[in-house]
Amino acid sequence: MRKPTTLAAAALAAAVISLCAEAQKHPRTAWGDPDLTGAYSEFTTAPLERDPSYGEREFLREDEYEEFAKRRLEQRFDADDTEPGTQEDVHYSMGQFALSENEGVHSLNLRTSIVTQPKNGRIPPLTAAAVARRDARAAARRGKEFDGPEMRSLTERCIIWSSTQPPILPRGYNSNLQIFQSPGYVIIQGEMGDPRIIPTDGRTLPDKLLPQWNGTSVGRWEGETFVIETAGFHPESAWRNASENMRVTERIRRLDEDTLEYEFMVSDPDTWAEPWGGVYPLTRLDGLLYEYACTEGNYGMANILSGARAAEKEAAEEP
Amino acid sequence: MTRLPVVAFALLTAAAVEPQVLTELPRAANGRPDLSGVWQTLNTAHWNLEPHVSDYPVLLELGAQFAVPPGPGVVVGGEIPYLPEARAERDRRFENRLADDPEGKCYMGGVPRSTYMPYPFQILQNERDIVIYYQFATAFRRIFVDGKEEAPLDSWMGWSNGRWDGDTFVVEVTGLNGLTWLDRAGNYASGNARITERYTPLGPNHLQYEATIEDPTVFSRPWTIRMPLYRIVDEDFRVLEFKCEPYAEEKIYGHLRKPGTEPPAGASSR
Repeated sequence: MRKPTTLAAAALAAAVISLCAEAQKHPRTAWGDPDLTGAYSEFTTAPLERDPSYGEREFLREDEYEEFAKRRLEQRFDADDTEPGTQEDVHYSMGQFALSENEGVHSLNLRTSIVTQPKNGRIPPLTAAAVARRDARAAARRGKEFDGPEMRSLTERCIIWSSTQPPILPRGYNSNLQIFQSPGYVIIQGEMGDPRIIPTDGRTLPDKLLPQWNGTSVGRWEGETFVIETAGFHPESAWRNASENMRVTERIRRLDEDTLEYEFMVSDPDTWAEPWGGVYPLTRLDGLLYEYACTEGNYGMANILSGARAAEKEAAEEP
Repeated sequence: MTRLPVVAFALLTAAAVEPQVLTELPRAANGRPDLSGVWQTLNTAHWNLEPHVSDYPVLLELGAQFAVPPGPGVVVGGEIPYLPEARAERDRRFENRLADDPEGKCYMGGVPRSTYMPYPFQILQNERDIVIYYQFATAFRRIFVDGKEEAPLDSWMGWSNGRWDGDTFVVEVTGLNGLTWLDRAGNYASGNARITERYTPLGPNHLQYEATIEDPTVFSRPWTIRMPLYRIVDEDFRVLEFKCEPYAEEKIYGHLRKPGTEPPAGASSR
């Protein structure tokens, strides 16, 4: 089901999907595991958090979907509309290079938000401890944001994109991933992320874990569903201000030939009073993912720092 | 008080960390050798592919622990058959290795260098794809088994088509961008290089690795490197992340740092 043109077709497809699921007709690998391999787009029409006007309503009515999706699909960086002197003004046009996330393939998704728990579809507020950590980090950088490369964001430094580490979330561009499988392993690689080599050989997470930017993952099959448990995050990764004690559970299963369902739950009492999570579809891409070499081509970092030095020089020369 | 419980505990502990040595050559369901596992070389090819005696570290203050260890080399026939002007370029790269070796900048190692960098890499195999995850710079390679497509564009890790030749997995690598080096001694090939790798089981825990390098713009004839790969047999071994970007930042961007500011105080011990 890709870029549905009519809701009737979508509804029919949904019915067919559930029948197929009952018949267990999903493909298997040569060694008998459910086959999730392929390249997929993470883009979906549902925003991460629900517009409060929907309250606890999880799904759009079918007659609301077209308008909802249209608004979402029209959101795009457009170089013609930017304000001179802003970052958007000097950034290349996402639309021009077909990079905008909403130019990717997507499946029908009637959900009003990716977040499904708590019931209001909103990420729970940060605990006081998490606010304190966030503010301390911000204070340590204040006024020094352009001093050196270590003061820039993890993304600008090519260390990690917060949305490619678990849990995986759609991002502004290159919002794609690929899945490989081999006996005893599932490999998930975000287009701009590091490969996650996830063992499915029955091993469990050790009590003591070395911190890793992507955490440490173990997987298991529960029927048709691949379940991944991840812990042991790098303290500086601070995903949405989480602590290194965050734990993530991901569940991936096939809905139909072109669609997987990706579900996640995060738990970190140091950061959120309650666990939260969500679900969205991954839609099959016809193409391949190519190598993403970030640090090898990081002209941005050099330009940001040299720009800051030029600005300081200019300021010093002003009478 | 008997000492038996202590002995029993010690035995249990020993059993828990028993190395995972295989006694038979593993085979996949399709009968091909199963190359899956974590592998690493045990030589000095990353310092210099050619035979070399020990040498000073690139900076004298680094001292003996960063000195170049000696090695017999891995080039079949001993010497790389450079064209004269290419040999001069290799020597120039050696002189400028501190500044120019892409390894120092945390750039992906390319092929074949990634194989014999002093870090583990993991091979994962199914009947359609063999993928390799290299610890250094978290580099990743997909090898299309029986693939026929040509590289659509150049890249750091190149484009790999593989096929089985009996028990040997043969990989043709093209589409390399020519920006990688072959070792820390300035040896190199250009973006015109065509690499043919051969992975052959020597036994359950060893592979013979061969790479033939053809590049008429740099070498007078094709030449081959050959070395064993050793299976990492530590129990539950995982290839830990080596995100090397932070360690290269001062080298690459230090000259753009705000005057008077210092890089992060020392390396974090995490």
